[in-house]
Amino acid sequence: MDAVNVKINGKDYAVRKGMTVLEAAREAKIDIPTLCYLKDINEIGACRLCLVEVSEGGKPYRMVTACVYPVSEGMSILTNTPKINAARKTNLELILSNHEKKCLTCVRSTTCELQKLCNEYGVDEDYFGGERKHYELDTSSPAIIRDNNKCILCRRCVAACKTMQGIGVIGANDRGFDTHIGCAFEKDLGDVSCVNCGQCIVACPVGALYERDDTDKVREAIADPSKKVYICTAPSVRAQIGECFGYAPGTDCEPQMVEALKMLGFDGVFDMNLTADLTIIEEANELIGRIQNGGKLPMITSCSPGWIKYCEHYFPDFTDNLSTCKSPQQMFGAVMKTYFAEKEGIDPKDIFFVSAIPCTAKKFEVGRDGQSASGYPDVDVAITTREVGRMIQKAGIDFRALKGTEFDKPFDIGSGAGAIFGATGGVMEAALRYAAEIILGKPLEKPLETPEVRRQNGSDEGYRTASYKVGDMEVRVAVASGTKNAKQLLKDVEAGKLDVHFIEIMCCPGGCVNGGGQPYQPASVRNTVDLRALRAAVLYNDDRNCDIRESQKNAAVMKLYDEYFGKPNSHKAHEVLHTHYVKRGL
Amino acid sequence: MKKKMTTVEFRGTPEQEAKLLEVIAKYDGVKGKMMPILQEAQDIYGYLPIEVQKIIAEKTETPLEEIYGIATFYSQFKLNPNGEYSVAVCLGTACYVKGSAGVLEEISKELGVEVGSTSSDGKYSLEATRCIGACGLAPVMTINGDVYGRMTKDQVKGILAKYR
Repeated sequence: MDAVNVKINGKDYAVRKGMTVLEAAREAKIDIPTLCYLKDINEIGACRLCLVEVSEGGKPYRMVTACVYPVSEGMSILTNTPKINAARKTNLELILSNHEKKCLTCVRSTTCELQKLCNEYGVDEDYFGGERKHYELDTSSPAIIRDNNKCILCRRCVAACKTMQGIGVIGANDRGFDTHIGCAFEKDLGDVSCVNCGQCIVACPVGALYERDDTDKVREAIADPSKKVYICTAPSVRAQIGECFGYAPGTDCEPQMVEALKMLGFDGVFDMNLTADLTIIEEANELIGRIQNGGKLPMITSCSPGWIKYCEHYFPDFTDNLSTCKSPQQMFGAVMKTYFAEKEGIDPKDIFFVSAIPCTAKKFEVGRDGQSASGYPDVDVAITTREVGRMIQKAGIDFRALKGTEFDKPFDIGSGAGAIFGATGGVMEAALRYAAEIILGKPLEKPLETPEVRRQNGSDEGYRTASYKVGDMEVRVAVASGTKNAKQLLKDVEAGKLDVHFIEIMCCPGGCVNGGGQPYQPASVRNTVDLRALRAAVLYNDDRNCDIRESQKNAAVMKLYDEYFGKPNSHKAHEVLHTHYVKRGL
Repeated sequence: MKKKMTTVEFRGTPEQEAKLLEVIAKYDGVKGKMMPILQEAQDIYGYLPIEVQKIIAEKTETPLEEIYGIATFYSQFKLNPNGEYSVAVCLGTACYVKGSAGVLEEISKELGVEVGSTSSDGKYSLEATRCIGACGLAPVMTINGDVYGRMTKDQVKGILAKYR
């Protein structure tokens, strides 16, 4: 290690050369407050909350921003002096002077990073009076709402959109007091090529961005005696929901989640891992069919609605490469309103189907064309993990005291392959477990594991490739998560640099465990903890401990084929479980 | 000041577009190329409408929003073309204390054009300027280089009538 010696608050430390003062202090377990700083993607020294005093070469102390200022040999750093505290306090008061302080009803109250800092620094909320900006609420998007009255111009959302996802439909417009975050030519979010991934929401430290709250629709349906209301939960919700109730990231709360949902009054609580398995059977057969019959290759997964919209906007020439399979959420709704409705003798119009997902893009997906197999929308409402958490809280359910229970029949079974859908590489691994058996024509001795396609902890850069020899057939695959990486992957396919049969793409970096609908974690956690790895571990643990680890062993799925669909990719299956796409362009 | 969207129809020619593509090609691979590209694009078209920004976005593989962000940050970039008659009112200190803000408001009302924008038929553009150095004549207005000094609100209608 190329080290430099520094003093932090009078104590000696040897730290890595090139580190910032902020990183050096964190290594010394000294916390410096930040607001605009997001590691690797937003290091701009804009909010000036991380001010510290430094002295270099024996010169007098001066104030610098710790998040961007590099350490140097012999530097002395003071992180907690009256002068610094006064400066930080003034900066908070300035930020607050143009911030709409409707904290009582704000969706981020208690999880707001600005609120927490103001509380710590004892900030008088009206110290600087004067003019304030007033903006219209942007409610044009089906998934994301922007309230610029609360925006503090930290640009974390811009960094998430542009630097992390490689999209960049939002940015800072105009200058000075007129500066605001918006889209090109002041278009609304719903009118630009935003993919609804929601990474801007989880990046926002305040309540300037949030998901469209659909919980009232769910409560109304539950209260309506003419409706049968069912909910299914996506694989990663169980791995995140605990965070809404103070559990550490990476705590599996499946049983408590199921019990809490039953207490909310749903007529049935089902496991979306089941339709993840159904997706695998349909998708793998589609792939084998395309390979054997000279269909469009490479085939690309279609579970992630953010990715689908990205493809339609930015790579419209690839829409024929997308699997025609609906996503697990939409398959579930379609099965509920066709097979289940017939079997139970319920009119599909009386079924209100809710899906609980870690995703904001799903709110857009439910309204897409080709997603209403029964003539009614497959899914009525998609609510995020955060909304599920809020519903449970509002209903006065003591989540942490629950003993937990199991999903309802007949849709209570999910395989380990279905569980890992929530992590990048999971769909690929699940599909390969099934495809290998189909190609070989006999069951494998033990379930296939494909660590090559899993995420390497700590990194989401680029994409992963692997090649598997199954019988006489070589199956070449590639996996990417995050649209920036997807872009790179597709460009390499276009340029002929990458020749594969099957590609898995997830819109959010790390997959659904890091979706835009996940519980809020402050930057202090995001910058220091690998949330994606912790949450994905829950799913891989589920997979290892599951009685069945292959989609084809899911008895409930097989029953669906026996009683309703006949065989995979049948005419009936195409009617109910498949869809089509649009070439949107920019 | 916050920039105004244009309502003037885009009348770019194939020759202008060819010139723009040349400019973009010239800066291929150059770091920090966006400022000179936007400056030269504005020289070609007189302003930077969405049609022009979209070409630059596509050819440089830059998000349109990033370009728009730059175009609205720097006061040198215009989202509206100059009108056939370009009306400007000085809001420098001397003119301002002599009541030029009221004159500006009156012109805006009379022409139906907001400050910083251009009428949709492209005939009038209205701008507020910094000091133009004619403080002795304050408050001052100019129309295509014709200077009108010691302006009062009452004179606005009569002067504008000459440019109908």
